[in-house]
Amino acid sequence: MNIISTDCETHIRLMVDGRVDTNTSPQLQAAILAAFQKKKDVVVDFLNVKYISSAGLRALLIGQKTAASKRGSMKLTNVSSLVQEILDMSGFSQILVIE
Amino acid sequence: METIRKELQLQAKTGELDTLLGILEADLDEAGCPVDKQMAIGICAEEIFVNIANYAYEQEEGFAWISETVEDNKISLCFRDSGKPYDPLAREDPDTTLSAEERQIGGLGVFMVKKMSDSVTYEYKEGKNCLAMVFSW
Repeated sequence: MNIISTDCETHIRLMVDGRVDTNTSPQLQAAILAAFQKKKDVVVDFLNVKYISSAGLRALLIGQKTAASKRGSMKLTNVSSLVQEILDMSGFSQILVIE
Repeated sequence: METIRKELQLQAKTGELDTLLGILEADLDEAGCPVDKQMAIGICAEEIFVNIANYAYEQEEGFAWISETVEDNKISLCFRDSGKPYDPLAREDPDTTLSAEERQIGGLGVFMVKKMSDSVTYEYKEGKNCLAMVFSW
């Protein structure tokens, strides 16, 4: 998995590329937390993510909790159909902001 | 296509996850399994394998043995370990309606396996935990 972080003035955009699994999700979590150090609004772009396991959901949940504690926002964008299905079945589509 | 049958022995360590997912992806590709289904199968395999890696063995090193059969647009996977007896399917499903503050991740992986597989069964046999899953496409 590779993550490119871009400062878009109003927010930080994280372009995630690859599998979000047990071994790579700590990297996603670290990138989200680092982004919230810089801005209170973060967009996580999942255009190139086709795979997310429960470990990846945990990283997103921590991101969402961080957003709430900072009175900021975390938005998930460009979600593929399978990832959307996983977010729906896990109830995460109710918790996360998905564009 | 011809039937694919494999018996894998992997160290029960999360570092072996890439090996497992690589083998599954190659075999499912060969079998013409659609990409979304491949991902779903990979995710379920990860959840079960990582549970074994994290919880089956105490201090000692252990193995996960995986039997794979791919035929007729169907894959059967059986994960075995010789760790302490544990039926992950007996665990209560997580409440997926809770808010972000209240959500727990524990049990979510197995819940996803129950939802995404055609069938999943557990038995303790000959000193091993055996978790079998079937997926078709």
